[in-house]
Parts: sequence; C-alpha cells; structure tokens
Amino acid sequence: MRRTRLLGTAAALTIGALSLAACGTNNNSTTSGAASAPATSGTTASAAAFDCATGSLTASGSTAQSNAMSQWVKAYQQNCAGSTINYQGGGSGKGVTDFTAGTTDFAGSDFPLSATEMTAASARCGTGNQAIDLPMVPGPIAVGYNLPGVTALNLSADTIAKIFSGTIKTWDDAAIKADNPGVTLPSLGIQTFHRSDGSGTTFNFTRYLENDAPTAWTYKHDKTWTAPGGQGSKGTAGIAQGVKSTPGGIGYMELSFATQSSIPYAKVGNAQGKFVSLTTANVVNFLSKATITGTGKDLALSFDYTNPDTNAYPAVLVTYEIVCQAGNKSTALPLVKSFMNYLAGSGQALLEPNDYVALPDNIKAKVQSAIAALA
Amino acid sequence: MTTVQASTDSLLLSASKHPLPRRSSLGVAAATLVVSALLFVLTPLDGVADFLVFWAVAYVLAMTTVSVVVEGSRRARDRLASTLTAGALILALIPLVAVLGFTIARGLGRFDMTFFTHSMLSVADSDAGGGAYHAIVGTIEQVGIATLISVPLGLLVSIYLVEYARGRFGRVVSTFVDVMTGLPSIVAGLFVLALWVLILKQGYSGFAGSLALVILMVPVVVRTTEEMLRLVPDSLREASFALGIPRWRTIQAVILPTALPGITTGIMLAIARVSGETAPLLLTVFGSSAINFNPFSGPQEGLPLFVFNEAGLPNDTALARAWAGALTLIALVIVLNVVARLLVRRSKLQPI
Amino acid sequence: MGSPHPDGGSTLLVPETARPEVPGPTRRPTRAKERLADRLFRRLTAGSAAFILVILVAIAMFLLDRALPAIYQDSTSFFTTRTWLPDGTPPVFGIAALTYGTLVTSVLAVLMAVPVAVGVALSVTSYVPRRAAQVVGYLVDLLAAIPSVVYGLWGLIFLVPAIGPLSKWLADYFGWIPIFTSQGIFGKSIFTASVVLAIMILPIIAAISREVFTQAPQSQKEAAYALGATKWEMIRTAVLPYARSGLISATVLGFGRAMGETIAVALVLSANYEINIHVLAPGGNTIAANIANTYGDAGKVGQGALIASGLVLFVITLIVNFGARAIVARNKDFRVSAA
Repeated sequence: MRRTRLLGTAAALTIGALSLAACGTNNNSTTSGAASAPATSGTTASAAAFDCATGSLTASGSTAQSNAMSQWVKAYQQNCAGSTINYQGGGSGKGVTDFTAGTTDFAGSDFPLSATEMTAASARCGTGNQAIDLPMVPGPIAVGYNLPGVTALNLSADTIAKIFSGTIKTWDDAAIKADNPGVTLPSLGIQTFHRSDGSGTTFNFTRYLENDAPTAWTYKHDKTWTAPGGQGSKGTAGIAQGVKSTPGGIGYMELSFATQSSIPYAKVGNAQGKFVSLTTANVVNFLSKATITGTGKDLALSFDYTNPDTNAYPAVLVTYEIVCQAGNKSTALPLVKSFMNYLAGSGQALLEPNDYVALPDNIKAKVQSAIAALA
Repeated sequence: MTTVQASTDSLLLSASKHPLPRRSSLGVAAATLVVSALLFVLTPLDGVADFLVFWAVAYVLAMTTVSVVVEGSRRARDRLASTLTAGALILALIPLVAVLGFTIARGLGRFDMTFFTHSMLSVADSDAGGGAYHAIVGTIEQVGIATLISVPLGLLVSIYLVEYARGRFGRVVSTFVDVMTGLPSIVAGLFVLALWVLILKQGYSGFAGSLALVILMVPVVVRTTEEMLRLVPDSLREASFALGIPRWRTIQAVILPTALPGITTGIMLAIARVSGETAPLLLTVFGSSAINFNPFSGPQEGLPLFVFNEAGLPNDTALARAWAGALTLIALVIVLNVVARLLVRRSKLQPI
Repeated sequence: MGSPHPDGGSTLLVPETARPEVPGPTRRPTRAKERLADRLFRRLTAGSAAFILVILVAIAMFLLDRALPAIYQDSTSFFTTRTWLPDGTPPVFGIAALTYGTLVTSVLAVLMAVPVAVGVALSVTSYVPRRAAQVVGYLVDLLAAIPSVVYGLWGLIFLVPAIGPLSKWLADYFGWIPIFTSQGIFGKSIFTASVVLAIMILPIIAAISREVFTQAPQSQKEAAYALGATKWEMIRTAVLPYARSGLISATVLGFGRAMGETIAVALVLSANYEINIHVLAPGGNTIAANIANTYGDAGKVGQGALIASGLVLFVITLIVNFGARAIVARNKDFRVSAA
C-alpha cells in the first residue's frame, strides 16, 4: 500500500516532468538562420550547389573534422528539407569500427584504412565491393606557444623535435636563438604539452618530425605520444588550455584551437630549411604534391615531406571520409552521394572560415569523380 | 562490552577536574592565529597554504595541550575528536563549494529557456544558440529505465544475500557484486556494445545505454541495500516470525520499511553515480543532435555525452553550452534526490 | 547480548531449521499457500542473485574472448612491459605502468577520503545538531551528484593550476621523502588525480558510514553514557565496533569506484607509460583512463589490448575484495571471542 503510493507518486512526477518539458523543439532556424547564407560564396561551383536528397544518415569518427562537419551538416540540412545527418565524434578508431560493423553509413577518419581494416570494412560493403578513403578535410597543425613579450617565433624541425623530446629545456637555448636572430628570448623553462589520447594530430605531427628532423627525433610516429617528459592532455582543448595558462608553454594543436584561444603560433621549418608561416596557400603548396597511394578506387594520400617548394607548410593533417565504393544500402545511397558531393564541392568553401584548408584542385577533382562513381 | 567496562575504571580520575569554558576554543583559535601570523611575518615562512596549515595544526596542538592540563586526558581526547570531525566536515565542504561554485559561475551564461527547449539540430559548433532538450529527454529516459531495472533486481539480490543466502553461493555472489563495482564504466559500455548492438544487432539506442548503466547501477544498489538490511535488528525478524508471519511477508512488511531510508540513500547514490556516466553512453547511445523520444530505437543523446562533446570543442559558444549542461545535470540529480527524500519522509518510515 | 552482528550477516541469522514458524496452535489455515509464496519469493531472490552471476560471467567471457587474441599478438610480456603501442608493428604493450598508476592513485585517494568521510559521518551523526546534520548530509551527498565529466573539467581547469602551490609546499617541506621529490613542474600529477578521486569517492564512503553509524543501537550508546563515557568514548565503544564491517565495505566500494573511474582521471592526468614514484611530478596513467584515452583511436589489436587491461582491473578488484573479506572475517572472530 505504502509502496504503491510511493511508486505512483514517483511515476506521476516523472510523467509530469516529461509533459511539462514536452515543448522542446528541433527548430533552431531562428537562432542560426543568419549564418547559413554564405554557404556557397567564394567558389566557382555551379548555381545548383545543392543537389538535394532526402533520408537520414548516421556517421561517426574523427573529432578533428567534427567542427567542419557540424557546419556542413547544418548547411546541408537547412537547404535540403527532409534530410537528417547525424555525425558523432568519438575518434577515428570508433568510426572505423562502427562502419565495419555496419552501424553507420560512413566514417570520418584521421587515417586511411590499413590493409587489414580495408579487408574487414570492404566485407561490410558486400562481396566484391570495396570500402574507400576519400580525403576531405585538410587541417594544418599549429605549434602554439606562450612567451610573454615574444610575438613572432621561428622554429626549425630540429628545434621542435629537441624541444618536444626534452633536449632543449629553456627558451634562451642556443638552438632557439639561432632560429630567431634579433629576438630577445626570456630565460624561461620550457613546458611542453602533448596529447595523452590517441589522435591523428599526434600521428601527423610526429610524422613531420620523423621526416624533417630525422636525427633529432628518434621516436616512431604514432597515434600515441611516445616521447618522454612534457604534460599530456586528453583532447586538444586541454593542450590549448595548458599552453594558454603556462608562461613558457608550447604545444601542437589544430589551428582552430589556437585561433579560438588567441594562442600565437610559430613559423615552422620545412625540409628546405625555410621557416614557413601557417597560411592556406602554404598548406596547399605542401598538399598539392601529395600522391595517391590507395589501390583501386581508394584515394589514400601519401605526403611528400621532401617537397621542393620552399613555401610548403609541412605539419598537416588530412582527414578522410570512408564510404562503400559500391554496395551502399539503396535507401542511403542517394543521400550519401549527394552529401559527399556537397562536401567535395561547394562545401569546401566552408573549410577556410573554420580554420581548415580546402582540398587542392588536383585532389578535389579525383575525389569528385570517385563520388560520382559511388553505387 | 568488555571495553566499556574497562573504561569505567578510569572514570573517577578526571571527575574532579572542571571542563573548559565554552569560549575557550575561540580564545585558543585567536591566540594561535596571532602567533602563526607573527611567525609568518618575522620568519622566512611564507604562503597562504602554509599559513592555513600551520594555523590549523597549531590550533589543534594548543587546544589539546590546554585541554589535557585543565580537563584531563579523557576530555582532551573527546575534544580532539570533535575538533577533527568538524575539520573533516569543513574539508569535505571545500571541494563541494569549489566544484559547485565553478560550475554555476560558468554554467549560468547559457542556463536559459532556449537551452531547455531546443535541440542541437542544425546548430554548428560555433553558433551561439542551441540547447540540450534532446539530451535532457535522453538522460531522463536512459537513467529512468536503468533505475526501473536495477532497483528491483538489486533489492532482490540483496534480500537474497541477507535473508536467505547460506554457504558458498551467497559468498560468491556477494564477492562478485563487489567486483562489479570496480568494473570500469567503459568496459560495461563495451560489453553492451558487443552483445546488444553488434551480436544481437539491436542497433544503437537509449535502451542500450540503459543496459550499460544497469551493469554499473546494480552493484551499488545491492551493496548499499545489503548494508542497510543487515542493520535491521534480528529482534524485529524474530518478533515477526513468532507471530507466525511468513518470511516473505516479514521482509516486505517489516524489514524493507525499516531499512527504507537507508535503501533510498543507496538508490539515490546509484542514480547519481550513473547519471553522470559518459563513457558507456559514448559507446551505446551513439549520440544525436535531434530529439528522439523513443529510447528503444535510433540514436539518442545523453546529457553527460552532450557536456563531454561540447567541452572538447574550441569554440566559446560550445564551452558555454557544456557548462550549462553540467549545471543542468547536477540540478536534475539534486531535484531527484530531494523528491526521493520527501517521498520517504512522507511515508512516515523512520529508522528504528 | 543477542544484538545483531552486522559483519556476521547471514551466518548469524537464526538457522532455517530453528525458525519459529511451526508452532502448532498458531498455525493458520493458509499456511500451505503462504509456504508456497515463501518458496516462490525465495526462488525469485535466488534467481536474481544467479542472474547477477550470469551477467558477470558473460562479461568475463567477453573480456577473455577479446583480450586473449590481442595478448597472443603482443611481442613482449604483457605483465611487465610499460610501453603501450598495441597498433604498432609488431604490437608492443604491457600493463606494468598502468597497474602501478591505478593502484597508487586509488590507494592515495582512499587514504585521503576515508578519514575525512568517517569524520563527516561521525560529526553528522553524533556532533552536529540534527537539523544542521541533515542539511550537511545532503550537501555531502551532492558531491555524488556531480557527474564525473564535471569533476574532470573542474580538475583540469581549476584544480590543476590551483594545486600547484600545495604540491610545491609538499615538495618543499617533505621533499626528503622520495615520493614527494619534484623537478619543479607541478599540476597534472598522480597526486592531483588522487585528490579528484578522493573528492569523488568521499560522498559514497560518507553516506554509507553515516547510515551505518545511525543504525548503531541506541541502547548501547545510552549504556555507554550511563557508565560515564565521554562522547568520544561512547563512539569508540558503542558505535565504531558496530560499524566496522560497514566501514570496510564502504571503503572497498570507494576503492573500486576509484579504480574504475574513467573520464575524470583521463582529463586530469598527464598520461604517460612510466612507473614514477614521485607522485607530484607530471605523469602517471591508470587502466581506466588509458581505455578512455586510447579506445577512440585504437585499431583492432589496440581495442583487444585495452580490453585485456580491463580484464586485469577486474582481477585486481577481485583480489582487493577477497582481502577485505578476509579482514572482516578476522575481525568477526576477534569480536566474537571478545564479547
């Protein structure tokens, strides 16, 4: 008797709370409508920027591209009534696992599929079909620092490698001075910040060091930080926060975190021994020499770290979308195709305002033709 | 009982001494404050933390010494115990104030109507608007279903352990319940992901999240309920049996009501523990930016997931949403807590 | 005395055969039916208990199934290696550093939390006036209501910078103790993670202790006072012995919670794979935090390796629980003989 009354009241309260709050809405157009307009500006894409399809897609994976994805999803959904695209982060590994298990329609990943992953992922697309990597979101990696009184800094690959492996311990070290003639450097201890979680950013940053500073950087490139010392942070947000609050701090981060937190970032030394500032043009210089090493219709990229261009910015990350080349669910195919088409087409214009970089034209063309062939 | 008897021997020793006047602790506090302050001014000692620790230690030492001299060692020990417990209380409230204050200060910025009535559909990370309505709905459903499954299950298991279990099976169950409390939440999520989502092909859903939460919730319910049931005096059980009331009736009408306040605390702790869980949700509910009222089909959002995702983004707008979400989550659990306690109090049941 | 022995539990209850259920004259006509209901209820509870075991066995089998293939592929010893590169070629990973970090952070957290929690519970039940005690009790329970991700964020943004001075203070004055030696960089250390964990498990331990203290028999408390005991003597003789098993199980619960905590630790620890006895220096890692940190980007072997580490955590918890049970059992023997 007592118990039933207790349960009853609890149930009534829950139902009451739910129905009271049942005025929630998915309609966010009033708060965000203004920002949707410039979606197509700045490109030479044809007037029919949105070749709409309807339905719903789910996808998961790379967090490095989630900022871009949130802009794309918003723009696409607002222009194509009847479409819902649910992209969740969670990491490239989760993206590939989900895609391989068939629970998502496409995956975002910081790495192209490995050979074994490719076999497993292709099996999901049906016999004889292949899963393919589509390079979609290039993003520069900034080397952000916190040095009171210093607004411009040059760091060669060797110096960066020595700083992050703990060989250079103070900011007035001879190596840093040599990179920055005429700059007064404080005699401040260096505190390095790196990712403690697995990430494509770490992978590409250490690969840059491995290639451009082979003597100073003796560690393997990996998703996980392998050098000793320094402070680790889960997610780039922690690195940005650490650098921002620690005089003498330095860390690598996706550009958007540096700009959002107003952290200055260094000019980085490339293979030609030049200090290159992080600009869209310089990143494109580097990316345009990348070669496609994927087999079949796969568009996995391989960077050319020996790039002869003196203005090539080498600390770059490219994230991919992984889709079935053929064998997509017939209900999902039109929307997958239409959405990918948008991403590789007019959607590319949204990248630069959000601190990414648009694909170089040569790669973009290949991605677009691969999308046209999706089945 | 022997211990109590032993201590009576020393009773007469201190009976003649007079207790310290009430204000004396304030006096000692002031005196040690002055002495510590002087020391910090005159000697190289420095720093706020140093000062506070120094003062606290000085106070405890001085107070105990004074008490030993004036009141005798028994009263001194008593005084030391009350000082230390009071100190523990203050120490425990510091993080509460710090965490709550911090969350409120950062969360109030977006703690508005838009936040409670809008989802995140078509809101980009850098947009200012958007809300957590979809996440609130998801959390209430996921935690609600998890509670509906865990509480009866946990109660039955603890009743078995306390009232029926004998011998090895009971001990094994009891041990493994403890082991379950140490299961990392993410492993619970992995298990449900593998079994429910991938092998049984049920897909991501709020319910899958509930199942993962059940695994985390049951041991807490069992463990706390078990403690409370064990504390119900045997005399009550025996009195009930003597009246010819069967065992299950005794449990239902005598034992459970007696232990109810404690059990409620246990359940509230369990709910509080799981409603903030991020890792298992990450793997089981998938997450969504749109409202999904149906916990049994399709991706759903949860508040902890919402907070976690938004907090990882570089944009100030997203960070503001994250803290507002954290504040909402705390408020939600507090409201639940208060309601449960009111319910228990209204149903008259007091511990015996 | 015949009073309940909390830690004896089931074995101290009236044995089934001796239950005063049978006396002839008071036997009621519905007895057979009630007997049936009784049996059904008993079966229901036993079935639920069995169900818990089934779930656990399923989880253990799942863990083994995923973990073993990965361990086979490990090119070094799984138990003594510190490195964690399961997706490298060849895979190199081991749980030595992770296990060390897990144990150290959890033990430190329990050492910090238990005295404070017991103090809180004592002052709430015995010292503070009843009204105020309820308010304070709610407030401490609120600590449990704060989600772990909030603790993590608070720890990262607020505690890590704020704990610098305290860490420095410890290093300055206690640096001669090896574990407090430091290189001068403070913040994301094992110590910081332990503090966050201590705060997180405090309300659990405090709440259970409080309930256990409340349930101490009034008669014994009054008896102690009647013999002229001070409040502390009353607590020591009438409350604490009675509560011992409850306190131990609260501690074990807290310890388990601390070992399994994922997100908060992942956010405040500067994860690396070193075994470092200097608890104030940056570094350290735990099994659970490592899963949270690397699962999202792990490949197939990597996921298996992480699950294998989860299995290790499972086993550690098992050992800790057996240890705690042994302590409770020994205590019980002692008390039975002393009573």
